[in-house]
Amino acid sequence: MVKYVIKRLLLLIPILIGVAFIIFAIMEMTPGDPAVRILGHEASVEALEEMREELGLNKPFLERFFNYLYNIFTKLDFGKSYRTRKPVFDDILARVPVSIKVAFLGMVFATIMGLPMGVYSAVKQYSPMDNFLRISSTILVAMPTFWLAMLLILVFALYLGWFPSGGVASWKSYVLPTITIGFPYGSKILRMTRSTMLESIRQDYVRTAKSKGVPNNKVIYQHALKNALLPVVTTIGSSFGQILGGSVIAESVFSLPGLGSLIVLSIKAKDTPCVLASVLLLAFFFAIIMLVVDLVYAFIDPRIKAKYI
Amino acid sequence: MSIQNSKKQKSEAAIVYKKKQSPARETWRRLLKNKSSVISLVFLIIVVLLAIFADVLFDKSLITTQRVDIRIQPPSLEHWFGTDVYGRDIFTRMVYGSRVSLTIGIVTMALGMLIGGLLGACAAYFGGMLDSFIMRFTDMFMAIPETLLALCVVAAMGASASSLIFALTIAIIPGNCRLVRSAVLGVVDTEYVEAARACGMSDFRIIMTEILPNALSPIIVVSTQGVANIMLTASSLSYLGMGVQPPNPEWGAMIADAREYLRAAPYMCVLPGIVIVLTALAFNLLGDGLRDALDPRLKD
Amino acid sequence: MSENLLEVKDLEVIYKTDQKTVHAINRIGFTLQRGETLGIVGETGAGKTTTGLSILRLLPERTGHVVGGSIIFDGTDLMKLSEEEMRSSIRGERISMIFQDPMTSLNPVMTVGEQIAEAIIYHSESDKSSSEVEARVDEVLEMVGIPAFRKKDYPHQFSGGMKQRVVIAMALACEPELLIADEPTTALDVTIQAQVLAMISELRDRLGTAMIMITNDLGIIAQICDQVAVMYAGQLVETGTLEDIFVKKEHHPYTVGLFGAIPNLNEETDRLSPIDGLMPELLKLPKGCFFAERCPHCMEICKSVPPKAHVNGTHRITCHLFTSKDE
Repeated sequence: MVKYVIKRLLLLIPILIGVAFIIFAIMEMTPGDPAVRILGHEASVEALEEMREELGLNKPFLERFFNYLYNIFTKLDFGKSYRTRKPVFDDILARVPVSIKVAFLGMVFATIMGLPMGVYSAVKQYSPMDNFLRISSTILVAMPTFWLAMLLILVFALYLGWFPSGGVASWKSYVLPTITIGFPYGSKILRMTRSTMLESIRQDYVRTAKSKGVPNNKVIYQHALKNALLPVVTTIGSSFGQILGGSVIAESVFSLPGLGSLIVLSIKAKDTPCVLASVLLLAFFFAIIMLVVDLVYAFIDPRIKAKYI
Repeated sequence: MSIQNSKKQKSEAAIVYKKKQSPARETWRRLLKNKSSVISLVFLIIVVLLAIFADVLFDKSLITTQRVDIRIQPPSLEHWFGTDVYGRDIFTRMVYGSRVSLTIGIVTMALGMLIGGLLGACAAYFGGMLDSFIMRFTDMFMAIPETLLALCVVAAMGASASSLIFALTIAIIPGNCRLVRSAVLGVVDTEYVEAARACGMSDFRIIMTEILPNALSPIIVVSTQGVANIMLTASSLSYLGMGVQPPNPEWGAMIADAREYLRAAPYMCVLPGIVIVLTALAFNLLGDGLRDALDPRLKD
Repeated sequence: MSENLLEVKDLEVIYKTDQKTVHAINRIGFTLQRGETLGIVGETGAGKTTTGLSILRLLPERTGHVVGGSIIFDGTDLMKLSEEEMRSSIRGERISMIFQDPMTSLNPVMTVGEQIAEAIIYHSESDKSSSEVEARVDEVLEMVGIPAFRKKDYPHQFSGGMKQRVVIAMALACEPELLIADEPTTALDVTIQAQVLAMISELRDRLGTAMIMITNDLGIIAQICDQVAVMYAGQLVETGTLEDIFVKKEHHPYTVGLFGAIPNLNEETDRLSPIDGLMPELLKLPKGCFFAERCPHCMEICKSVPPKAHVNGTHRITCHLFTSKDE
C-alpha cells in the first residue's frame, strides 16, 4: 500500500510539470507587458528594460520555463508576484484557508444532503418523495452558481437579513456560500447515489441476503449501500477538487478573499508567477484528493485492495 | 441434456424478425413516448426558432439603444421582463443573448466532441504508445480545473464570444477524449470489428463505419447534456467579465449587470436566470430521455 | 408424521409493469412431505424460479404479485404472515433458498464468514454469543468441505464451485426444514456439477431436509428426486413420483417432448427431436390447453377447453388425451 502511494506521488511530478508548461504557455500569449504593469505607463524606457532584465523576460520562452522549474526543484522558489513584488506564496497561503473552509463546508453539506436522500430516493423509488427529490435535484444541477448565489442573497440577506451577503466577518458569512456550493454538488451526489443504489438493490446478493432473513435496513445499508458507494465516493472526491478550483464564482459573488478570486485577479493582471503557483497548488490538492479516493476504494472493496498489495 | 439451446436460437431468430424498423426510428419513437423529453424538445425548438427569427420578430435596435425615460421598469405587457439600467428591453436582450449562448454551447460541444472524440477513438483503436501519450496529455489538462483553464485561455485571447468557444473547447476536449476512448474500448474487441479487419477494411473505415456507430449512445447523451454545462460555464465566465463584452447581450453578463440592483429590481436577475435554468434543464432532460430511448434496458 | 410440510394450493402469480401483465404462474398446486425431494422441471421461463420466490415471498416488490392461492407451510399460511414474521422466523431459519449463479449471489464486499454469520445472527432464538456464532460458521464451512480458516476471505478469492458451497453453507446454517435449490449447478463446470450435487443430496439426507430442486436437467431429477413436477407456461402439466414420470408409459405430450430432446446413447438417431415452436408469452392466457399450439396430438377440444387432470394413483396428467378416455 505504501509503495502504491509513493508510486502515485512520483507519477504526479510529470503531470504537475505538464500543468506548469500549459499554464506558462497560455500566460505567455496573454497580451500586456509585466514590466509596464509593475512600473506603470509613465516609467522610462531604461527602467522598463531594467525591470524586464530583472524578471528575466528578455530570455527565450523555453529558457525561462526551465529556469522556473530549476528554481522550484532546487530552492522551492515559485517566484515573486508581479503585482505585489512579494513571494507568491505569501499571498496564496493567506487565502488558502478561506477557500479550503468554503470547499470543505460545501462538500460536507453536499454529502450530508446527497447521500441519505439518494439512498431514500432509490429505496422508495416512484414514491412522491422520490419524485420530488428527483425533480428538484435535476433543477438544481441546471442552475448557474452565480444565479443561485444571488437568489440566496436576495432572500436571506436582503429580505430576511439572516446572513450577511459577503465578507468573512463571522461564521454566518459562510452559511450562504456553503449552501451555494453544496446544493448543486449535493444534487449530483444524490443523483449518483440514487442510480447506483437502484442498480445494487437489484443484484442477486441482495436477494440472497433477504432469503437469509436479514432485516430490511441491514440489507439496504450493509449489502446494497456498501456496493453502491464506489462511484459515489468518486463523485464526492472529484466534486471536492472541482469546488476547490471552481469556487471562483462563489468567492466573487460573496466577495470572499479566497484562492479563486486571487487567480482571477492575477489572470487579469498577467501575474504569471501567481497564476502558476496557484494552479499548481490546486492541481496538487486535486491529485491528493483523488489518491485518497482510490485508497478509500481499497477500504470499501476488497477486490480493489487485492490489486494494490 | 439441456433443453434450452434449440429454443434459444429460435427465439433469437424470432426477435430479429420482429425488429424490422431502423434503430434510429425505433429510438425516436421511444423518445416521443417520454413526456419530459417531448416538453424539453418543444421548449428548445421554440428557443432556437426565437433565436433564428429574432430579427424578424424584434427590433434589433432595442438591445443597444439607451432610453433614460424607461430605465429600471418592472415587467409589464410592453416589456415582458422589464427594462434594465439603461432602459433596454430585457426580453429582447435575452432573445438576442440566446443566439450567443446557444451558439457557444452547441459549437463548443460539437468541436470538443469532434476533436476529443477522434483523439479518444484513435487512442482506443491503436492502443500502445499513442494511447499512453494521449492519456498522459489528458491527465495534465484534467489536473487543471476546467473553469480556471478556460479563464486563462480567455485572458490570453481577449474576452469575446469566439475566444470563449476556443477556451471552452480546450477545456472539454480531455473529458470527451476519455469518454469516447472508454466507449470505443468496449467495442474494439468485439467479433464484428475483428471480422471487418479480417476482410481487409482500412483502419479509418473501421473506425467510421463499425466502431463509432456502435459506441455512439453514450456520446450522444453526453453531448446533449454537455451543451447545458457549457452554457452554464460560459455564462459564469461572462459573469466574471471574462466573456462576451457589453453592450452585446449575453445571459451571464446580463445577470452580472443586475447585481447592483438586486434589491431594487430583483426581476432583472430572477427572470433571465429562470430562462437559463429552463434551457439547461431542457438539455439535461433531453439527454436523460435519449439515454433511456437509446438503451431501453437501462430504464428501471 | 403424515402431515404435509408444504402444501401449495391454486397459486397464481403475475408480473405487472406499466406496459404489460405477465401471468407467470397459473393455479399450480403440489404437496411435499418432510424429508422428501420434489423436482420441478421445465424450460426457461416456465415459472420455476417464480414458484420458489413466491414460497419465500421474495418476488420483486413492485412488479411481482401473488394474486391467488395459498402456501401452507407446517400448518401456517405463509401468505398471511407479516413481513417481519416472514423475515425472522421463516426465511433462512425454516426455509432457505440456493440461487442459480454463485458468482453474483454472494456480496463481493463482505467476507464469506460474515455472510454466513448473518444467517445465524438474525434469527437465533437462543441468542447465541458471538463465539458460538463463529463456532457455528466454522462448523457449516467444514460441513461443505471448506477449511474454516477461509471464512476471513472474500468471495472473489473463491472459485465458482467453492462459492456455491458457501451459498449452500449459508442456506443450511440454521438447519432449515425446507431447502429450495434453484438450478444450483447450472452455472458450474460439468465436473464440479456432479460434486456439488452429490454434496447437496448427502447433506439433505444427513439433516433430513425436505427439498425442492428446480432444474431443467432431467438427469438431476432422476438422481436425487422422489417426486417430479413438470412445469410448462406457469402450470404443472404432469406430476408424480419419480417412477411415474420415468417408468410409466402414459405421459403428457410435453413431457414426452422433454425426453425426446435428450440424447440417448443406446439408440441410433440422426438428430434429437426438439419441441417445435415457442412457449406462449403469457401476456394473455390461451382459452384451452396452454400447450395446444405446439402439441403433436392437438385436438379440437384442446384449443377451446382447459384440460382437467387425469389421476392414476400418485400420477397426475393434465391433458385431454387422457381425460377424454376417462369419460
